[in-house]
Amino acid sequence: MKEYKTVSQIAGPLVFVEKVSGVGYNELVEVTLPNGEKQKGQVLDISEERAVVQIFGSTSGLNISQTSVKFLGETMKLGVSTDMLGRIFTGLGEPRDKSPKPVAEDHIDISGAAINPYSRQEPKDFIQTGVSTIDCMNTLVRGQKLPIFSASGLPHNQLAVQIARQSKVRGKGEKEDFAVIFAAVGITHEEASFFMRDFEKTGALERAVLFLNLADDPSVERIITPRLALTTAEYLAFEKDMHVLVIITDMTNYCEALREIASARQEVPGRRGYPGYMYTDLSTIYERAGRVKGKKGTITQFPILTMPGDDITHPIPDLTGYITEGQIVLSRDLHRKNISPPVDPLPSLSRLMNLGIGKERTREDHRGVADQLYAGYANGRDLRSLSAVVGEESLTEVDRKYLKFADAFEKRFIMQGSNEDRSIEQTLDLGWELLSTLPETELKRVKLEFIERYGKKFRKEHAAPAPAAPAAAKQ
Amino acid sequence: METKGRLSRISGPVVVARGLENAKLYDVVRVGEEKLVGEIIKIVGDNCIVQVYEDTAGLKPGEPVISTAEPLSVELGPGILRSFYDGIQRPLQKIEEKAGVFITRGIDVAPIDHKKEWEFTATLKKGGNVEIGDILGEVQETEIIMHKIMATVAGKLTELKSGKYTLDDQIGTIESRGKKIPVYLYHRWVVRKPRPCKEKFPPIVPLSTGMRIVDTFAPIAKGGTACIPGPFGSGKTVTQQSLAKWSDAEIVVYVGCGERGNEMTEVLNEFPKLVDPKSGKPLMERTVLIANTSNMPVAAREASIYTGITLAEYYRDMGYGVSLMADSTSRWAEALREISGRLEEMPGEEGYPAYLARKLAEFYERAGRVKTLGSPEREGSVTVIGAVSPPGGDISEPVSQNTLRVTKVFLALDASLAHRRHFPALHWLRSYSLYTQTLDPWYEENVSPEWPTLRNNAMALLQKEAELQEIVQLVGPDALPEKEQAILQVAKMLREDYLQQSAYHEIDAYASMKKQYLMLRNIMRFHERAIGALDLGVQLKSVVGVKVKDRIGRMKEIPEDKHKDLEAIYKEIDAEFDTLGKE
Repeated sequence: MKEYKTVSQIAGPLVFVEKVSGVGYNELVEVTLPNGEKQKGQVLDISEERAVVQIFGSTSGLNISQTSVKFLGETMKLGVSTDMLGRIFTGLGEPRDKSPKPVAEDHIDISGAAINPYSRQEPKDFIQTGVSTIDCMNTLVRGQKLPIFSASGLPHNQLAVQIARQSKVRGKGEKEDFAVIFAAVGITHEEASFFMRDFEKTGALERAVLFLNLADDPSVERIITPRLALTTAEYLAFEKDMHVLVIITDMTNYCEALREIASARQEVPGRRGYPGYMYTDLSTIYERAGRVKGKKGTITQFPILTMPGDDITHPIPDLTGYITEGQIVLSRDLHRKNISPPVDPLPSLSRLMNLGIGKERTREDHRGVADQLYAGYANGRDLRSLSAVVGEESLTEVDRKYLKFADAFEKRFIMQGSNEDRSIEQTLDLGWELLSTLPETELKRVKLEFIERYGKKFRKEHAAPAPAAPAAAKQ
Repeated sequence: METKGRLSRISGPVVVARGLENAKLYDVVRVGEEKLVGEIIKIVGDNCIVQVYEDTAGLKPGEPVISTAEPLSVELGPGILRSFYDGIQRPLQKIEEKAGVFITRGIDVAPIDHKKEWEFTATLKKGGNVEIGDILGEVQETEIIMHKIMATVAGKLTELKSGKYTLDDQIGTIESRGKKIPVYLYHRWVVRKPRPCKEKFPPIVPLSTGMRIVDTFAPIAKGGTACIPGPFGSGKTVTQQSLAKWSDAEIVVYVGCGERGNEMTEVLNEFPKLVDPKSGKPLMERTVLIANTSNMPVAAREASIYTGITLAEYYRDMGYGVSLMADSTSRWAEALREISGRLEEMPGEEGYPAYLARKLAEFYERAGRVKTLGSPEREGSVTVIGAVSPPGGDISEPVSQNTLRVTKVFLALDASLAHRRHFPALHWLRSYSLYTQTLDPWYEENVSPEWPTLRNNAMALLQKEAELQEIVQLVGPDALPEKEQAILQVAKMLREDYLQQSAYHEIDAYASMKKQYLMLRNIMRFHERAIGALDLGVQLKSVVGVKVKDRIGRMKEIPEDKHKDLEAIYKEIDAEFDTLGKE
């Protein structure tokens, strides 16, 4: 392994090395700084004359004359093992807790290979997160990638830990191995310790692997961190038969890092300065979720991103939405009204919902209840803006009922405590209870037999003169 | 003539090779020790710039590059149908057998099975002269599709025998200019070169899709082009899949270009289970799937569209009506942009290369209803339906705009409709079809002479509704005159009871033209009678309270074999309004 001292240029995270030979594209590089410190990097562009190396880490302290560069002859690999569970690593995969590095059972290329679409299996196992707005209206299934579209100042982290803590598969899968992989990408120390505290407190840490790249860590590392997390996830899922939930926060920081490197390489920028290949790049992260034939384990992804300026058409949420199977959108309006978790059901969507619900999976009335709640809430919201113009008095009686329904829906269905774990039955019953305030003729999206079977009991209660707060919701 | 060169530079999917003698633009090369597939996309002096269809990690300068001296081609022959290919016609099923669930590099598998034996029946006798495109014989490819074997050269057919053959067996000989050219069941064709035809016809036959909003207000012609732009979550893929399932094309080529892996799995799981309404056989029997998901190499994504349309043209040449669904052309355009960026070309609008408009136009131009080459004389068509994924749903971006310039049908997906769960979320006022006029004679003859009037009146009502809605937003519905309130009611009926259609409902998913006509006729009759009743002084409340309204609301669920029930509703409308008038 030759060492080169032929650095000719240093620009941001990029180092240009001249007169190299036998170097492969994407090969891993070790750079020794003049003060003896070592940094890792990767070959981005290689020709017969020179290599362009991207350094994962700070390039301060590098100089042209004394820096030496060693090409390691292999692409970036991660040593994986089941002992990684319960451990905390840096954004580059080095132990961050005081313990030694776990002995690797296998070394895997972190960029991963594409899953053959022919070998994929349809995700269909319902995951109960205990959060009503997700379970009932945007159901998550094993093997899905469902991002949270948040914005700065919204409590997406609380929602993420709640999901990580409460998620379980009902029915046959209940006893199978479950693991959480958490990748922090450029988040603050405070946020990271919130996650760690919560994981420790609830005992989730022993089933978790944490990769932390914090806000003051080099931004180039952020390109690596999610890939380490997913490589570990693939190992645990497809080699060790575990069901893995991967939480990556915050993808916005990842995209910023991508843009930073693209501009350092003087590439032609695409929309808002992000590189033109951002879609492809993001897909190599998001598409590493799923179920495949012949393997027991699954990978479910929960990426979190903050929409710059609350703008859902910004390239980051936009490209993400085109790749992922739906999105959970948090709303500032709901948050202002003190409704938490502020999941706005209207723009939220789970594309795989139909695969995971219904008889034998959740309950036969699930689809109908979800549609009816959605329609009722959407209608109520429309009427809210109408009544702001024409006044509540000029609305019909049914319309006023819808207004009330929308309020109750927000206060009781969307709002739930951060430790409140509602089963799907509780959630659906709560839905029926809220729907009982609407006239039965309005419930066009649910089958009549289901109204009879599940909705009737709440209707009777409501017919009573003084509708005391029903006990069913307070569990 | 293979020539050998060596790699001199690697930067992502674009590499530079030096020393390839006589290299031609678009020749396929094998790159590196692992023999990755690539294509020459630019030649500068001795340097050939190659886009590689596989991941390039680990390639080193100095590794060999071998030119095959042939442009990117596909294999055309029996065995294509029911296949599931990647962007450069490698069968994904075979890749799984060889490499497992992950796609690894440098896998070399034949696009169609060369070992399988096919029963070939010659339809021509030896001794005669043949032209290019003449049908030599037939192979039963799937239960419903007869594969025609066509002559690829002109000359004297000196030998041709029926029998059982594999693709590698010679089935005959054509003598052309003194040379004996062997005939096989398959041949190769360059994907970027359109297959020729004798003549292109104007589009005068509609492609029946079974989707009411499309067939009624934005009909697609056989051999026509359509585009479906829409933001994420508005139902592009569901619409494309519905079109693939229910349109009356004989062959469907479905290209998943840069989209989700799970979506392709869904198609793959669903199509074998779905039954073609005409033949009663699984839809898969007439389908080819091409999948280059978003995380598969970007250069192959660029090629996948061409692979798809070449296969479509091949079946067109046999005389079939083919539909090509491309989901999504935006991803294809992005692949162009990405490669253009790596070539350091001067960018055009939003970083897309300046030749984007030309490439899009060239692609859509390969659609058409044609008279094919050769005898017997036959007619085939390729209909292209492309999805576009505009960033942020804003169609002022270059891909949407350039697509709109060349396509004749615009199916406008609308996010607000999707949010209200109005599916298909196609906006009736913004969608259009430039084929409406040319197709009207067909409708008059095959559906009903009154169809064009009926449709135009319905559209006028919907337009009127949009105007009235603006007033309602300000003053509330009660301030409108009764007649206009009735129009709002009928328009709502059109929207909810006619245009809304569930892709998942077993009966509603498909509506024949006849059913559409009867449904629309009922609603328009209701409108006519409602206005008439108001003129007679009947109160609006009793007009909108008629019982038959519920029957109209459930028209969707009436199965195709019970058109009589729809006709009965027409009579009920008359009867109920007659009694109303008398009171």
